[in-house]
Amino acid sequence: MNIPYAFIVPARLVHLSTVDVIIVVFYFALVLAIGFYLRGRANTGEDFFMAGREMTAWVAGLSFLSANLGALELMGWAGSAYQYGILATHWYWIGAIPAMLFLALVMMPFYYISKTHSVPGYLKLRFGEPARAVSAVSFAFMTVLMSGVNMFAMAKVMQIVLGWDINFSIWVSSLTVAVYVTLGGLRSAIFNEVLQFFLIWAGALLIPILGLYEAGGWSNLKLQIAQRASDQYVHLWSGLGSFTDNPMGINWIGIVFGLAAVISMGYWTTDFLVVQRILAAKDIRSAEMAPIIGAGFKMFVPLIVILPGLLGLAVLPMKLVPESVAAATGMHSYNDVLPLMLARYCGPGLLGLGITALIAGFMSGMAGNVSAFTTVWTYDIYRPLINSKGTDHHYVNMGRWTTVIGVLISVGTAYLVMQFASIMDYVQALFSFFIAPLFGTVILGMLWKRATGPGGFLGLLCGTLSSVGMWAWVKADPSALRYVALSPHAKALAQDMFQALWSFLVCVIVTVVVSLATKPKTDAELTGLVYGLTKVPSVGNIPVYQKPIFWAGVVAVVFFVLNIIFW
Amino acid sequence: MVSIWFFIGISLLVNGVLIFGAGLYEYWHPPALEGRVQLFELHAGVWWGALMTVIGAVYCYYFKPGPKKI
Repeated sequence: MNIPYAFIVPARLVHLSTVDVIIVVFYFALVLAIGFYLRGRANTGEDFFMAGREMTAWVAGLSFLSANLGALELMGWAGSAYQYGILATHWYWIGAIPAMLFLALVMMPFYYISKTHSVPGYLKLRFGEPARAVSAVSFAFMTVLMSGVNMFAMAKVMQIVLGWDINFSIWVSSLTVAVYVTLGGLRSAIFNEVLQFFLIWAGALLIPILGLYEAGGWSNLKLQIAQRASDQYVHLWSGLGSFTDNPMGINWIGIVFGLAAVISMGYWTTDFLVVQRILAAKDIRSAEMAPIIGAGFKMFVPLIVILPGLLGLAVLPMKLVPESVAAATGMHSYNDVLPLMLARYCGPGLLGLGITALIAGFMSGMAGNVSAFTTVWTYDIYRPLINSKGTDHHYVNMGRWTTVIGVLISVGTAYLVMQFASIMDYVQALFSFFIAPLFGTVILGMLWKRATGPGGFLGLLCGTLSSVGMWAWVKADPSALRYVALSPHAKALAQDMFQALWSFLVCVIVTVVVSLATKPKTDAELTGLVYGLTKVPSVGNIPVYQKPIFWAGVVAVVFFVLNIIFW
Repeated sequence: MVSIWFFIGISLLVNGVLIFGAGLYEYWHPPALEGRVQLFELHAGVWWGALMTVIGAVYCYYFKPGPKKI
């Protein structure tokens, strides 16, 4: 029998002092104040759903990064660093930077000049209504479910770390998000994401600073990790020659082609949750610079996520264990490493800031999900399929109501997960089904003018179904992993990488074959949507050091140097 | 319109002052040994709080409400 998660309650990790509580309460007061302040600036559709398309490159870029920098992401990857070592950094470097630069330089101009409100909106323009409907419905459905799963997981974390009641965490955080997004729309969500970015750095940066001081510097840290775990825990690439030479059970093909070329490209370039922030940029240069700024900061996020996990390996007196073992034995799990390090170094005030950073990460992630859901529901489902004759004012009202309803569905999902924990695994798996094929559809649509509507629609559908099929196959017969991931030594993470790679290829092949057999659109119909038929607007006559291509080059050089240093 | 950076400044300033104050209190009234965090002797709250206060004050001043702000 499954025990509901809500009833597994280990002792709390930390105790907050009065000043810590004041800092947490101040955060809630500030985000609500921002929401009320912005309520008068969300009266039109462009204001409410697109933040008036007036964000600067810095605001859009930091928001773009923050939408992905949730609390569960931070704690999960710190736990992965403890479990797998520095290999977890691949999800921040090769699994993010090339895709963000590709978005900035290649894809952003098409999104921006098409003036679409969303990624499904681009599919409508390029491939027609069926492709948009598949993409919009799946995105809206999964986004709101994921929001609920994350809400439950975060409430669970608050229960474990602080001893807070799980209902209190769910309702206080969700109502706060509902209030400030309903009032200020996307602008309010973006403002709070930028605020969260600063809080996370202010709250988490002390851990690596003090941790390295305690460990005696990076060289001593590496020696201690080699003694307590393995030398391979501090090498990014040297152990990726085969599945058995590294703690993650993956090889370089999975990382380069599965993670970097497909999953990361799919997530950073087509997941509307992050792309929506860039679409709110004020001009084409800001839209191109925003992902580059995000990439620049993304490269240094391992300092506050991966390094604390590695430091935990060296300095924590206890051994951390997998979640299942922790639940049965009362020991601490891998995912507790970040709160444990926070409690290790942070006294009154600093602890409150660290906890606030985690809460802010969770809430802004939820606001991101809800605002993206609201836009896709209103513009890509409600307007084309249910009521196409409403006024702008009507759609804004629909957006406000959808925000509230989206939050309530998320809360309902959170309670559902509380009763049936296995739902969480299914929802997280479902979300991954859509990313890789969607990338195949969008990239072919942008770069290949011969791609047709039926080709795009069937490619997306077959790619998604193939992903579901592979997942179900391995679920029913775990030994099938040897076929999906090409090795009997492959582990669970390798499945995600290879499943994405195959579903992307299925999508591309089906799209190409069907497109060649169907009637193409004329060049005139594709102007503004496809490479080669579109005059990409210039960023203007500006000095070279202000051009996106220059800063993309700087980021790329730093990216290569970092990979070589930690090879 | 008030700049987003002004709100960031407010957040850093208020949190910085609170952390700095809590750090000073612990400096003058140290807790019992078993209640201290690791590296307590570095008094991270004092200098981290001071740093946040300074950055927050600069942001508040530079981006204070007025015309032509982001």
